[in-house]
Amino acid sequence: MIIFQNVSKIYKGNKRKSVALEDVSFKINPKEFVSLVGKSGAGKSTIIKLLIGEERPSKGRVVFGSYEVNRLKENELYKMRRHIGTVFQDFKLLPEKTAYENVAFALEVAGRPQNEIDELVPKALEIVGLGSKTDNFPREISGGEKQRIAIARAMINNPDVIIADEPTGNLDPVNTDEILNLLLKINELGTTIILATHNRDVINSIARRVISLEDGKIIRDEEKGKYILA
Amino acid sequence: MITTGIRLIKYAFQHFKRNVWLSTATILVMVLALSVFAGLNIFNVTTTTIIENIQDKIDISIFFTADTPEDEILRIQTSVQELEEVKATQYISKDQALEIFKERHGDDETISQALQQLSENPLLASLNIKAQDSEQYAQIAAYLENESIKQYTERVTYGQNATVIERLNTILNIAEQGGFALTIFMALIAVLITFNTIRLAIYSSKDSIMIMRLVGGSNFFIRGPFLIEGIIYGILAAVISLLIIAPLIYLISPYSNVLVPELDLWVYFTDHLPTLLIYQLLFGSILGLISSFIAIGKYLKAN
Repeated sequence: MIIFQNVSKIYKGNKRKSVALEDVSFKINPKEFVSLVGKSGAGKSTIIKLLIGEERPSKGRVVFGSYEVNRLKENELYKMRRHIGTVFQDFKLLPEKTAYENVAFALEVAGRPQNEIDELVPKALEIVGLGSKTDNFPREISGGEKQRIAIARAMINNPDVIIADEPTGNLDPVNTDEILNLLLKINELGTTIILATHNRDVINSIARRVISLEDGKIIRDEEKGKYILA
Repeated sequence: MITTGIRLIKYAFQHFKRNVWLSTATILVMVLALSVFAGLNIFNVTTTTIIENIQDKIDISIFFTADTPEDEILRIQTSVQELEEVKATQYISKDQALEIFKERHGDDETISQALQQLSENPLLASLNIKAQDSEQYAQIAAYLENESIKQYTERVTYGQNATVIERLNTILNIAEQGGFALTIFMALIAVLITFNTIRLAIYSSKDSIMIMRLVGGSNFFIRGPFLIEGIIYGILAAVISLLIIAPLIYLISPYSNVLVPELDLWVYFTDHLPTLLIYQLLFGSILGLISSFIAIGKYLKAN
């Protein structure tokens, strides 16, 4: 269960305030597939940053399972992050590690034993369809392949939720469909998915819950929603 | 815990190997810094030896009047020896003085003939005094002004040499302090350069650090490999710097020997190699460790 309760995020610069989120409240139940839509700057990424504890809310509460995210100390955050898989537009793969090592890293940080890693990593890479390029470095493979590695890494810890921030932003339509199908498949297996995107076709094709954001506020929250923005 | 340890070491070596140019550049800078450190060590040994040598050559002598009984001289020797400032005294009797004189001028026909002309030994008994520290000669000289001693003394060499001794003391002090200041200064430069180099090396990994945090790495887990890498840098740089310095010292040694005959740099270097290596290793690895620790701290903080 994810709860945002009256959350505001205001960035204070020199004499200037910029409101990224204003009094946002919503709940996401386990096993849901939720899309966050809106233009650039609408607040999608801010919601994600608040949820993974990369930023702290100016007001309000952010709850993830048993964690009160806005109160977590820096040295407790990492435990919570092991329950969340993240997928980003720019992949965020470790450039000096191979595909295999990138996926294994998520298990290694969690202190999982080597025999488990040896068993789980090839399986995950198989699921995302990257069986043959496991020893390649990120610079040696395509964007779609990088995103598959990122998804394999996000799902390998068997997380409660996978957060995907514009995961298809850098991909062609074919890869976009495949990545989307992967996310839907993972969701069917019982993992909550939060997908932030401004890709109309993506939203309309999956027909799941959509939270629409504009200027830091929620303007619509519908089950089986469509991408409707001015 | 053991698994984690092994993983951290594995990451460190992996990162080192896969960024071999960055690692090489960092180590080269550290080699320079550590060479400066080792050079300072050698420089300090040289100056200390020179200073000690010069100090050792300074002494003052009391020459006793010809009629001073030997008992009296021995009494004075004992009382001088008891002074805190005095390191050693040496009594040279008239006969010994003559022996030394003959030995020194034995080859000189004129002098030996002149000596034979004399019926009596013209040389005076004397007492050589060496101070603990060359700055204490003035105090010792003052003590010798004491009437119980003065009545037997023909002359004290301090009076004639006082200016020279004082000037030498000033020079020695400047040399010592200058050497110390130079050491601190150069060491500081070495530390700063190393720190900045490692900081830059870690800066290039700042995105990776952010990703590791995102994936759920604890600060300990993220920091560990960088600290181990810092230590690897330090150890390699220490060994390489000694490998560079060794032939240099071997080449310089004959020249330094001319300058300071008492000091054989090569012998000193080989004798002290284990200590020097340990110093270099400690200095290098601690420097690498602390630099990495501080440099990475910046990227592990909360937003």
